[in-house]
Amino acid sequence: MPRVVVDVMLKPEILDPQGQAILGALPRLGFDGVRAVRQGKRFELDVVDEMTEQTVRRIAETLLANPVIEEFTVHTG
Amino acid sequence: MTTGTSASALDTVARATNTPDEPQPYAELGLRDDEYDRIRQILGRRPTAAELTMYSVMWSEHCSYKSSKVHLRQFGEKAPASDALLVGIGENAGVVDIGDGWAVTFKIESHNHPSYVEPYQGAATGVGGIVRDILAMGARPVAVLDPLRFGPADAADTRRVLPGVVAGVGGYGNCLGLPNVGGELVFDPSYAGNPLVNALCVGVLKADRIMLAHASGVGNKVILFGARTGRDGIGGVSVLASATFDDSGAPAKRPSVQVGDPFAEKVLIECCLELYDAGLVVGIQDLGGAGLSCATSELASAGEGGMVVDLDRVHLREPSMSAEEILASESQERMCAVVAPEHVAAFFAVCARWDVDARVIGEVTAVSPEEASRGGRLVVTWHGETIVDVPPRTVAHEGPVYQRPFARPADQDALVADDPARLPRPATGAEFRATLLALVASPNLCDKSWVTDQYDRYVQGNTALAQPENAGVIRVDEVSGLGVAVACDGNGRYCRLDPYAGAQLALAEAYRNVASTGARPVAITNCLNFGSPEDPGVMWQFERTVTGLADGCQALGTPVTGGNVSFYNSTGDTAILPTPVVGVLGVLPDVRRRTPMGFGGADGAALLLLGRTRPEFGGSEWAWTVHRHLGGRPPEVDLAAEAALAEVLVAASATGLLAAAHDLSDGGLAQVLVEACLRGEAGARITLPAGADPFVWLFAESAGRALVAVRPDDRAAMADLCGSHGVPWTDLGTVQASSTDLVIDAVLAVPLAELRAAWSGTLPALFEG
Repeated sequence: MPRVVVDVMLKPEILDPQGQAILGALPRLGFDGVRAVRQGKRFELDVVDEMTEQTVRRIAETLLANPVIEEFTVHTG
Repeated sequence: MTTGTSASALDTVARATNTPDEPQPYAELGLRDDEYDRIRQILGRRPTAAELTMYSVMWSEHCSYKSSKVHLRQFGEKAPASDALLVGIGENAGVVDIGDGWAVTFKIESHNHPSYVEPYQGAATGVGGIVRDILAMGARPVAVLDPLRFGPADAADTRRVLPGVVAGVGGYGNCLGLPNVGGELVFDPSYAGNPLVNALCVGVLKADRIMLAHASGVGNKVILFGARTGRDGIGGVSVLASATFDDSGAPAKRPSVQVGDPFAEKVLIECCLELYDAGLVVGIQDLGGAGLSCATSELASAGEGGMVVDLDRVHLREPSMSAEEILASESQERMCAVVAPEHVAAFFAVCARWDVDARVIGEVTAVSPEEASRGGRLVVTWHGETIVDVPPRTVAHEGPVYQRPFARPADQDALVADDPARLPRPATGAEFRATLLALVASPNLCDKSWVTDQYDRYVQGNTALAQPENAGVIRVDEVSGLGVAVACDGNGRYCRLDPYAGAQLALAEAYRNVASTGARPVAITNCLNFGSPEDPGVMWQFERTVTGLADGCQALGTPVTGGNVSFYNSTGDTAILPTPVVGVLGVLPDVRRRTPMGFGGADGAALLLLGRTRPEFGGSEWAWTVHRHLGGRPPEVDLAAEAALAEVLVAASATGLLAAAHDLSDGGLAQVLVEACLRGEAGARITLPAGADPFVWLFAESAGRALVAVRPDDRAAMADLCGSHGVPWTDLGTVQASSTDLVIDAVLAVPLAELRAAWSGTLPALFEG
């Protein structure tokens, strides 16, 4: 698994001020019809072949995400 | 997305009446058997799930003060008469008249537990919460101060918690454009696993525009405005809601962490101030702990007593929220206002201008005399059904009151008997030098600018003094220069040795700090951080602290205007040091006359030490830093001497006698000399009195002292002023601006560069990289 992607999002019940700001800006720019926006972070990791998904998950919960308020998904392959 | 409780399962008042024996998870919500029985007695039936939510959050220790109430009464009973106090204890914050039509409101609160779980957001929302308390009084928030306490500076967990807390305080306060003008940074092993994150906010208003939290005027509308309501900080209430989620097979773990949005708070501040200016608000309450449960029950019970609320009208961030979650949500940046019907349209227009969401969620209703005698009537509906029908006074103000047992801890006598007099002291010049350098570099006495540089201290352009000065000084009136000084202090070690004296020492230190700037202290606020009230030893510390503080305020003539109690600060069975943090507010007729602490502009000035120095080392920074010793008696408290010293400092400032002044506290005279020399970079030559024990003079922490710098021409006048107030003084030497050394004749001489390197190197070495 040389390339791993980790997506980090705020947990759904947590307030997302940036997402709300984007939502507020869209109609001002003429884009109607968007009902909700939530934004997050994407990490692309180049890793050695022996790297296990378990280790990637540990990396994600230790450094990439704040598990108190965020959740993450790991995409491999 | 999961769906809310279906209508058929809705626990209405009618259903609760018909199903009296249905088991309820009151214990999981933190209610005791007898508390649950009392709720049933009040209602004459079992509570609905929504009612149980309201009672459980409002009768929690945090909201009801059930363990502290019996002691806190002393603050009111012993309050000194004060014409300046416009609003006292019981409202969101106290309000003090400072003259010329201006009033100031200030309050300190804790956000300890959330800041341990999620340091950044916990600390940030702590600032946001206290700012809304001040806003709810009708004031514009103008400054914040943050006293912070952590475990050992070199502990791994402190490295995790401290940077997050500091960034959170700075992030939220800086975004609001609020100067952070003071505070504390203290390290002690007892705070490991339980940091203390307190936040104080100061607000300014015209004395005739005070807002109060009451829902008056039958027919007036109840408007919820600000951020939408989401599942923030609902903690224990998820017990009630969990059934819903079990049904869907996706029981989301509910975080009790709240995330704040300082930009939303900023527009809320401006929106509220415009609403107040336009006279559109009858009563207002901020939403903090216990959210809508708190706001509706407190507003209703402080007004006519009657209110109906339709929860379907609450603007939700997540449509699937249950009624219980809406009532308990602690979503940030929300306010609840009571508005006359004819003003609702204008109210909405102001909110729209600021892009603030607002919804009418209810109305003030009339109550019959019989209902009034039971505590009013608050009715909440959801999906057209009545789910709450309670006397709001019983929710907000008639919670349980405990006379918790208290007893002097078994180890107290041994602790007090362990006098630091037995500890080895420096004797040679080299030992004195090493001791001084070790102390100024110690985490508690070192330069705190690594922390305070992350805060904006001068935004708004009204900051006259800020950290590291004795107190924060904020200009209130641009024309006259009228302003206020605020300082907050606490010393857990002194309180551990003697909580009564320790509380008074915290009060005296903050009082002295304020007076050192030239401001006259007028009122106090306090944040009482303690371990578990169920521990009789902790409860003894608490009772002694409150009594000491109430007696001290009476003696100094400075009433307590409000504050906060934080219990259950312990890790395992080990409680934190008892830590009352006292905030003192003073008035300065013209901030241009403020007294700075540094020697920078005082070349050739004579240095006088005011007050009496005694061989007092119990709980001292020296005993702790050098010997890891905590024992003996804290410094003696003499409040008459404190008052006299303050009179001298205020009078000398008003008549322009002082080039600089710095109060003495932790670390004693040596620390003050170092700080004053490094502030403005000026050397000094000190000659201790003949026959004086240099160790006692340099490192004792006797209270009631200040070091002042006066121009040679003013020395006689200063001496006269001290004499007329009975304040002893000692000639100590002179400021030598061109000198690059701090010289203490026959004891030590240290280059300022070496002192600065030691003093300023500590925090960056610990927390950078």
